[in-house]
Amino acid sequence: MNVAVCVKQIPDPALPGSLDATHALVREGKLVLDDSDMYGVEMALRLVETAGGGEVTLVSMAPNSEQSGLRTGLAMGAHKAILVSDPVLKGSDALGTAKVLAAAIKRANPDLVIAATESSDGYTGTTPVQIAELLGLPSVTFAKKVTVDGSTVHVQRQTEDGYDDVASPLPAMVTVTAGVVEVRYPSFKGIMAAKGKPLELLTVADLGIDAGSVGWAGAGQKIDSVIDAEARGSGEVIEDDGESHNRIISFLEQLKVI
Amino acid sequence: MAVSKIWVVAEANGAKVTTATLELLAASRATGATVEAVFGGDGAAVAAELGEHGATKVYATGDLGGALLGVPVASAIAALVAGGNVPDLILIAQSYDGRDIAGRLSVKLDKTVLTNGVGLSIAGDSVVVDHAVFGGAKIVKASFTGAGPNIVLIRAKSFAAESAGGAAAAVESISAGDRGAAGAAVVTERHVEARLGPKLDEAAVVVSGGRGLGEAGKYSMVEDLAKALKGAPGASRAIVDAGWVPYAYQVGQTGKTVKPDVYIACGISGATQHMVGMKGAKNIIAINKDKEAPIFGIADLGIVGDVHKVLPKLLEALRARG
Repeated sequence: MNVAVCVKQIPDPALPGSLDATHALVREGKLVLDDSDMYGVEMALRLVETAGGGEVTLVSMAPNSEQSGLRTGLAMGAHKAILVSDPVLKGSDALGTAKVLAAAIKRANPDLVIAATESSDGYTGTTPVQIAELLGLPSVTFAKKVTVDGSTVHVQRQTEDGYDDVASPLPAMVTVTAGVVEVRYPSFKGIMAAKGKPLELLTVADLGIDAGSVGWAGAGQKIDSVIDAEARGSGEVIEDDGESHNRIISFLEQLKVI
Repeated sequence: MAVSKIWVVAEANGAKVTTATLELLAASRATGATVEAVFGGDGAAVAAELGEHGATKVYATGDLGGALLGVPVASAIAALVAGGNVPDLILIAQSYDGRDIAGRLSVKLDKTVLTNGVGLSIAGDSVVVDHAVFGGAKIVKASFTGAGPNIVLIRAKSFAAESAGGAAAAVESISAGDRGAAGAAVVTERHVEARLGPKLDEAAVVVSGGRGLGEAGKYSMVEDLAKALKGAPGASRAIVDAGWVPYAYQVGQTGKTVKPDVYIACGISGATQHMVGMKGAKNIIAINKDKEAPIFGIADLGIVGDVHKVLPKLLEALRARG
């Protein structure tokens, strides 16, 4: 079974983010594999292992040819990667991104496509379903558990009140929530092996996509302004002296919660 | 194009319209536009409540069986638009199903979606959507460059639901069409997990735990405190990622927005990812052993201390009060 996993390389979330003059998130410097995507990579590796064969292909796009995040996924065990890298992609909205990724996924011809429910930086959370619609695939979002049985994928889908068992024929798109599988860390051997794994670098033109339909040119949205939100100040801060629970009690009393 | 007609994609649990839907109806009414609803289900069951909140009409597909809502609802809307019934704006709740509907609809109409909206305004002919970024420290105002219909996903709790005292919405049947291959995923069984307290995004008190709890087993302290205060337990992303609690518990940018009367953060440092989801709480209490933790910058009461020491004493004191 072949699985394609959509992955995103993002600015290190531990560092403070900033916006450039066009109000776009600054994405210069080293990018890392979005933590949210590691669960998808792990899920794909396990499904392929269980199926007894097949390949995991990482699919990603970036305005520059950054690859370090993809190497992390390859080091975890993914077999190959496709990176669509083109300066014209800068400023792409979720729909433009979906068009690019859908075209790249088509080349991998997977039985199953996996993505995170949302990225950690842009978190629009619509791109996977847009990809599914572009490819004419069924989609099951917010998966807690994923198993494949022949040509059917079974998913436990998170709901407000619990979960639904959902069955879908393959090929299909499944988005996974964080924390659903324990992610393996790349071994030294894996890191070394990743350096030699195939990474196909494509431009928008290679995919036959009109450059005017992606990036700033194709984006159906613009940022008008960025303003400061209403600030929220801090109040009383005390060191716990063994009795601070009493201060919490009196605060809750004052608020009439108790 | 002035914004003269807005569609709200309605969602319901059984026959009860979700609060997020009612919030969207209130936001739509405030613009002065004609407000109509689209519903993937039996319209008669929700017409009274949608009408009370300001929808004059509900376009309903009828019962969809076990189908996931994304494909049939988006198909039905696209068919209406293709037939010349074109709203200026389509508002959808940023819910599990709402995101599916918006994604599908975006491609069918070849229109962008603005997501994670926390505010909405009309400037001339433009729809302007507010987004909270950098932990809610900044608000980005974005608008659409192309013609409508503009599709917007709005986060729950961005507006207050309010009855307009309207009469029941007129029900108009619409066709979801043939679902085709893309609509082939079906729900085979629904599992409702028993919940003792209120829902996370509706609770007056929310108690959340983070990495400072040290291990998954200690999360029970958070649940116990939530129970003692008749509140709901929540979580930071870190412990959801670690697999301690399910995604449904997550408060923050990639989780839920909560606006309770009291929010108690236990062992949460206050990453921007978390703060954007809870800084709208009326009162915030934070317990964390690192006095430099950003959470103290927005807490009304901050306790610099070890949750493993403070929480057991707090629970005992609450128990003693009976």
